Amino acid sequence: MLELKNISFNVVDGDKNVEIIKNLSLKIPNKKFVVLTGPNGGGKSTLAKIIAGIEKPTEGKIIFNDEDITEKNITERANLGISFAFQNPVKFKGLEVIDLLRLSSRKKLSMDEACEYLSEVGLCAKDYIHREVNSSLSGGELKRIEIATILARQTKLSIFDEPEAGIDLWSFQNLIKIFERMRKEIHNSSIIIISHQERLISIADEIIVLAEGQIQYQGNSEEILPKIIGTKSISSVCNKLK
Amino acid sequence: MFKMDEIQKRILKEVAGLHTIPVGAYNFRVNGKLAGRSSSNNIEISGKDDGSGIDIQIKDGTVNESVHIPVVLSASGLTETVYNDFYIGTNCDVLIVAGCGIDNCGSQNSEHDGVHRFFIGKNSKVKYVEKHYGSGDGTGKRILNPVTEVKMDEGSTLEMEMVQIKGVDSTRRMTTAELDSNARLIIRERLMTHGEQKAWSKYRVELNGENSSADVVSRGVARDKSYQKLDLCIVGNAACHGHTECDSIIMDEGKILAVPSLEANHVDAMLVHEAAIGKIAGEQLIKLMTLGLTEKEAEEQIINGFLK
Ligand SMILES: Nc1ncnc2c1ncn2[C@@H]1O[C@H](COP(=O)(O)OP(=O)(O)O)[C@@H](O)[C@H]1O
Ligand SMILES: [Mg+2]
Repeated sequence: MLELKNISFNVVDGDKNVEIIKNLSLKIPNKKFVVLTGPNGGGKSTLAKIIAGIEKPTEGKIIFNDEDITEKNITERANLGISFAFQNPVKFKGLEVIDLLRLSSRKKLSMDEACEYLSEVGLCAKDYIHREVNSSLSGGELKRIEIATILARQTKLSIFDEPEAGIDLWSFQNLIKIFERMRKEIHNSSIIIISHQERLISIADEIIVLAEGQIQYQGNSEEILPKIIGTKSISSVCNKLK
Repeated sequence: MFKMDEIQKRILKEVAGLHTIPVGAYNFRVNGKLAGRSSSNNIEISGKDDGSGIDIQIKDGTVNESVHIPVVLSASGLTETVYNDFYIGTNCDVLIVAGCGIDNCGSQNSEHDGVHRFFIGKNSKVKYVEKHYGSGDGTGKRILNPVTEVKMDEGSTLEMEMVQIKGVDSTRRMTTAELDSNARLIIRERLMTHGEQKAWSKYRVELNGENSSADVVSRGVARDKSYQKLDLCIVGNAACHGHTECDSIIMDEGKILAVPSLEANHVDAMLVHEAAIGKIAGEQLIKLMTLGLTEKEAEEQIINGFLK
C-alpha cells in the first residue's frame, strides 16, 4: 500500500515559484491496477518520480507499506520494492540487454529466464539478448526492454510511465496481458500505469485524472470514463495508430 | 621451460588470459630474459642477431593459428626496449596476443618499451590483442611506451584491440599504419587512468590505396587526478573511408584532451571524426539506482560496460 500525504512539488523558474504538484493526497491499496491519466503537463511523470525518489517533494509525506519513505533515497526505495519504468528509457554505451536484466533481477539470472522476460515483451530473445542498450535500438525496442527490466524485478509496486508509446497494436494486447499476469503472480502487488489509452483505462480498477498538479477525478472506470472521453486525457488505440 | 612464480603467473593471466602454455607458437619474456619459446610448422619465432628482440614469420596461407608473446616484469628498476617484427604472409588468418604486465613493489621505476612492426601480406586477416596491466604497491613507477607500426598490403584486414585499464603510471603509445588498396583497419582502444596516472595515445593512419578504410575508436575513462591525451589522425590519400571516434568519461579531477584530426589529400577521401567528453550521464545513474544499485555500484557498472 502506498500513501501520499499532502504532497507538493515546487520549482523555481526564473524569479517565479511554480507549483507542479499541489497538496496532493492519494492512497493506492494492494492488489490494485491503477491508471493515472490527464492532459500533458499535468504532473503525472513528476508524481511518479516523487514516488520513486528521483524528485524530492517540497512538502508532504510518502508512506509505503506502513513505513515513512519520504527521506529514503532512490536505491533504498528500489530495494523496498518500488519499480519505475521511465517514459524515456535511458541508453547505455556498452551495457547489453542481458546485463541490464541481470542488474534488474539482482541475481544470477539464467539465460533462459532472461529470454523469458524478453519474449513477454514481444522481443525475440536471441536477437536482442546481446544487443547494446544504445541508440542502435529503436524507441519501441528500448521501451519494451525498459518494461522487461521491471518484469525482472518482481516488486510490490510497479510504475510504468506511458508504456504503450511506440508499441504497435499486436504488442499492445500483450502489454495488457503482462500487466494482468504481474498482478496475479506477485502477491499483494499493485501497478500504476501512466497512460492515455482508453483500453488500459477501461480495465483499470481505479482511475486517477491529474490536471495542473491536482487530482481532478478519481474512481472506477464506469464513473470516470464518461467524464473524460473525448478530452485530451484519452485517446483510443486506433487514433494513436494513425 | 622457465618456472614462474605466483606474481608472474598472475600477471600472465591478466595480460594474456593464459594459465598454462598456449597451443601454437609463443614467446615469453620474463624480467628481460627469454623464458620460453616455441615455433609451429607455419609460425617461426627467432631471436634477432643483436639480441634486441624477435622476428615472427608467418607462412603464406596459415589459417586458424595463434601467436602469444606476453612480457612480464616483476623486478623493480628494470628498463628495456624490445623490437618485435611480424612478417605475415599472404592469405593468412591468425590471432596475435601480445601484452605486458608490470608488477613493481620496489622504489625504482620499471619500464618496458615495445616496438612492434607488422607487415601484413595480401588478403591476410589478423587479429591483434594487446593488454597492458600494472600492479604492486611500491613507489617505483610502472611505465609502458609501446610503438606499433603497421604496413598493410592489398586486401588485408587488421583488427586491433588495445586495452589498458589498470595500474600503468605512465604510457605513451604511438601507432602508425599505412594501408594499400582494399585494406581494412579496425582499432578499438580502451583506456582507464587512476590516481596521478598519465596516458598519451597517438594514432596516425594513412589510407594510401583505393578503397582502403579505417575505423579507429578510442574509449577512455579518466578518474582521480589522472590525465589522458588522445590524438587520432587519419590521412586520406586515395578514394577511401576513414572514421575516428574518441569517446571519454571524465570523473573526479581527471583531465582529458582529445585531438582528432583529418587530412584529405584526395577528392574522393571520405573522412569523419567524432569526439565527446563528459561525465557519466545523471540519468544513467538514476536508472540503475531505481534498479536497486547504490550510486557507486551504478558508476562501476556504467564504466565497466563502457570499457568492455
Ligand atoms: N524540474 C522541473 N523544473 C521545471 N519544470 C518542471 C520540472 N519538472 C516538471 N516540470 C514541469 O511540470 C509540468 C508537469 O510535467 P510532467 O510531470 O512531465 O507532466 P506529464 O507527465 O503529466 O505530461 C510540466 O509543465 C513540466 O514542464
Ligand atoms: Mg509524462
